[in-house]
Amino acid sequence: MSLDITTERDASSSEESRQWTARVRNAAATAFPPDRLLPDRQPAYMASWIYVFGVLTVVSLAWVIITGCVLAVMGPSWWHVSGLGHFVNSLHLWSVEFFFFFMVIHLWGKFFMAAWRGNRKLTWATGVVSFVASIAAAFTGYLSQANFDSQWISTQAKDGINSTGAGAFWNVLNFGQMLMWHIVLLPIAVVIIAGLHVLMVRRRGIVPPFDIEPKDHGDTPSAAEPSE
Amino acid sequence: MSPRKAKRFNPDRDVREWNGAYRPYDILKEAFVALVAVGVLIVLLAVVFSSPDEPAVTLKSWSTSDPVDFAQTAVTELDGTSPLATYGPPYNSTPDVTQHIGFFEPAQWIGVHQPINTAQDFVIGPLRSLSNQPLVQRALDTYDSSTPTQQSAWTTAYEKAVANATDVHGRLQVPHAQSGPVGVIIGSLTTMAQNGGLDGTLLSQGQFYNTNYTKPLLFIANGSYLNNLAGAQHLQGTQWGMMNETGNYPGQAWLWLYTMWYQVPPMKTSTNADLEVWAIMMALTVVLILLPFIPVLRSIPRWSRVYRLIWRQHYRSLA
Amino acid sequence: MSFGVLIAALINLNGSGHYLHWGFVQISVANLVVILLMIAVFVLAILLPFPRRKGRDR
Repeated sequence: MSLDITTERDASSSEESRQWTARVRNAAATAFPPDRLLPDRQPAYMASWIYVFGVLTVVSLAWVIITGCVLAVMGPSWWHVSGLGHFVNSLHLWSVEFFFFFMVIHLWGKFFMAAWRGNRKLTWATGVVSFVASIAAAFTGYLSQANFDSQWISTQAKDGINSTGAGAFWNVLNFGQMLMWHIVLLPIAVVIIAGLHVLMVRRRGIVPPFDIEPKDHGDTPSAAEPSE
Repeated sequence: MSPRKAKRFNPDRDVREWNGAYRPYDILKEAFVALVAVGVLIVLLAVVFSSPDEPAVTLKSWSTSDPVDFAQTAVTELDGTSPLATYGPPYNSTPDVTQHIGFFEPAQWIGVHQPINTAQDFVIGPLRSLSNQPLVQRALDTYDSSTPTQQSAWTTAYEKAVANATDVHGRLQVPHAQSGPVGVIIGSLTTMAQNGGLDGTLLSQGQFYNTNYTKPLLFIANGSYLNNLAGAQHLQGTQWGMMNETGNYPGQAWLWLYTMWYQVPPMKTSTNADLEVWAIMMALTVVLILLPFIPVLRSIPRWSRVYRLIWRQHYRSLA
Repeated sequence: MSFGVLIAALINLNGSGHYLHWGFVQISVANLVVILLMIAVFVLAILLPFPRRKGRDR
């Protein structure tokens, strides 16, 4: 565990060390020193194209949000009445398709690497939760299309959701409610969860390979962290 | 660095700290290149394939294209025998219809929070809003002031007759039946729908701004028209429709496992299929989240040896 | 708007979809293409050599 410089400097002030601000800052700086948050090097074993699918997923999400913002500028009916609007809708649809395409390949890669090893269970868990949250966001997106597809999807999905009791409050037939979940609540949730996921990756580092030679192992497993 | 407690090394759970070499790796440059590359791909696909936009069905388009189906649906809303009228929570209190797994019956516990009275909301209320329609208002008065038994006799007779109704240039022609005022009621509602008035009335619910399409959507969904359009596009449940998109567009391939359960026994024929499939998918999601803790499953990556390909440069450098 | 006229789909994916039936499975050609592409890209990602810089390590 690295010591952070900030606590050394401020250790004399017991008043400041009780502050929420100081404590949060020190905890963040301890967990994410700059060269861990934005490293300029990676372990030599990170030498496969499978490793790019995480960043491909993140940039696809960026395009989903950017194109979604453009659609938001003109409102939910725009793409039905404007050729430009329809084109932007197409960009939004295909960025979602790429988002899931890359995310699933990323999931496959991380599974076959057993990337949860070495105290990385939370990294794995936040990844799965962001997958689920993304499905919910995509689902409300389909409801927000305001066309035949939305009508069919909402009237079918209502049965599944009603069976759980959630349909009493989360009404997929309520266009206004679903649109606001799609453009406000779920994007915030996806970005926060995906952000935590990326921070976890930075915190723990990329999982090392499986050992393949029998060694005289000690009984001290530990999380792998870049040696500083 | 000492561990908190000595644990036996488990290769599916633990790793050894990496003390080996590092390589320069520019993650921001990689992200920028990825952003541009994916952006180019998205523009390419949008230009080549565009996106689907099948126009929405309206009560007007439905009643114009298939007035017989509209009328058949409308009379079941009036007499309370439609799928919606007998749905139960969250729309109404029909007993013994909510889905359950054993004693677990969440929809029943949570109850009615989106109340809909199909006779009033879909038929009588909209027709009452019409002005200068004395014939319609008299028919409604006659219906309202009759006993439930009489009302049922009329609607039953109408249902039998409308099964043989025809569509003559968009006008509903129903064989004569002892249906009292019901013929005028349903006929007027059909005309109101064909004129576009029913869409507005059902949506607005007396408000100017309304974005809640619950009532018009549920009315449309009760008929066969929307269902037939969906079937033609392979969107129905038995067609694995949850995965599909209209036309030849790719849909939601990631929903394959969710819809698959509906195609297999016992969910295939179960009246509790929705709740059962939800429960299965929630359980599988929890399993996926907790995979790092689950023996055997978490060993599959090591047993499959796919990692030998992923890290082959590393293993070669060790040799 | 003329932009809309210019940006019409080069390949029209509207119209009746093509579906494959295999036992109890029904899948659209489009979805099958996407899934096969995903598998192909995954396999390529694992198999294609990753460029190494000479004199790399420290």
